[in-house]
Amino acid sequence: MSEPSPPPNAIASVEHRLQAIETALAERGVKLADAVEPAAHLAPETWLSQRGARVVAKAWTDTAFRQRLLANGMAAMTEMGIEMPPHHRHLVVLENTPSVHNLICCTLCSCTAYTVIGLPPDWYKDLEYRARVVRESRSVLKEMGLELAPNVELRVWDTTADTRYMVLPTRPPETQGWPLDKLAALVSQDAMIGAARV
Amino acid sequence: MDGIHDLGGKQGFGRVRHAPGAPAFHAAWEQRVTALYALAVRHGLFNMDEYRHAIERMEPRHYMAAGYFERTLTSLATLCVEKGVVTLAELERRAGGRFPLALPSAPGRSNASHREHFKAGDRVLVRQDAVPGHTRLPAYIRGKQGVVVSESPAYPFPDAHAHGVAAEDEPTFDVRFSSADLWPGAVDAAFVHVGVFQSYLERVA
Repeated sequence: MSEPSPPPNAIASVEHRLQAIETALAERGVKLADAVEPAAHLAPETWLSQRGARVVAKAWTDTAFRQRLLANGMAAMTEMGIEMPPHHRHLVVLENTPSVHNLICCTLCSCTAYTVIGLPPDWYKDLEYRARVVRESRSVLKEMGLELAPNVELRVWDTTADTRYMVLPTRPPETQGWPLDKLAALVSQDAMIGAARV
Repeated sequence: MDGIHDLGGKQGFGRVRHAPGAPAFHAAWEQRVTALYALAVRHGLFNMDEYRHAIERMEPRHYMAAGYFERTLTSLATLCVEKGVVTLAELERRAGGRFPLALPSAPGRSNASHREHFKAGDRVLVRQDAVPGHTRLPAYIRGKQGVVVSESPAYPFPDAHAHGVAAEDEPTFDVRFSSADLWPGAVDAAFVHVGVFQSYLERVA
């Protein structure tokens, strides 16, 4: 290795540790190395929140689709051409209303329906959100800029199994008649997590 | 296991570092390690429950200090060493320094001997199970009562699947708990819904 040797008891950098495991696997004929490069690009280029935003826009404008989406989320994703990984076997779509607000989290790790709503943001994976969101839910939302009225029922969904969740935000009333693209552009990843309104 | 990863309801943490619009990855190695672990799962080197459990088994100070992607890297390397794909000595030689892995696993378990089927509206009690191995029962609902709102398809039972123990797939039930029941006293008013495996539940008469 061309880099200067670290002191013998120092922990190797994450880059060197990753390189070590990648090379070891490749040398054993585990054909992972060839696939890593395309897969590394797939994640940030494909698993984007714009996919989920299109689903939300369609649900806002197509009542029959909205009913199918709420009844069977995975079937609706297939209809929209959005794949889910094999271990995600169930997608539950949580409909916000003027009196009910939904918020998703994963206290044990950082599970999300990433192929639908995009790869989770840092804050969703951080210890602070995972620890506090189930117990200090309204305070956490308020800190993030969403203050819920006391009479709005808050439902927090902890992703402890391989059921995945996405929030269907309420449609702003001033958007009647808007085309799908313009509607989808309003829908942020935070809104599909439930940390923001549209 | 009652590990450091089981964070729900822990107090003392500061503000959420909310950064709207921030990218999912911040360095090339983060993308590569994500791709590598996903490919390892696809190739059958290990399953998602083994992957999650190897993260949970990280030494607590390492777990707390490591970022999300370093936890991914540690789990991947730990499972490759445990499954005999590579030795720790080789990894450390190649990396040019220490390569901290997760700590060893304790035994897993199969499904509960008595499992009931629930329907929406049923009142249920979360069993007081304290297991040394992997589980997806967060401690904050242990011994608490809630109401079933829905049922999932059957999934591999994590307490077994992370350990190579034979078990039947079983459904989870989305159970609604009142935050005031989970943390009597000072808590923000909310319903907390948790996907609870059938083996973790019993009926409240």
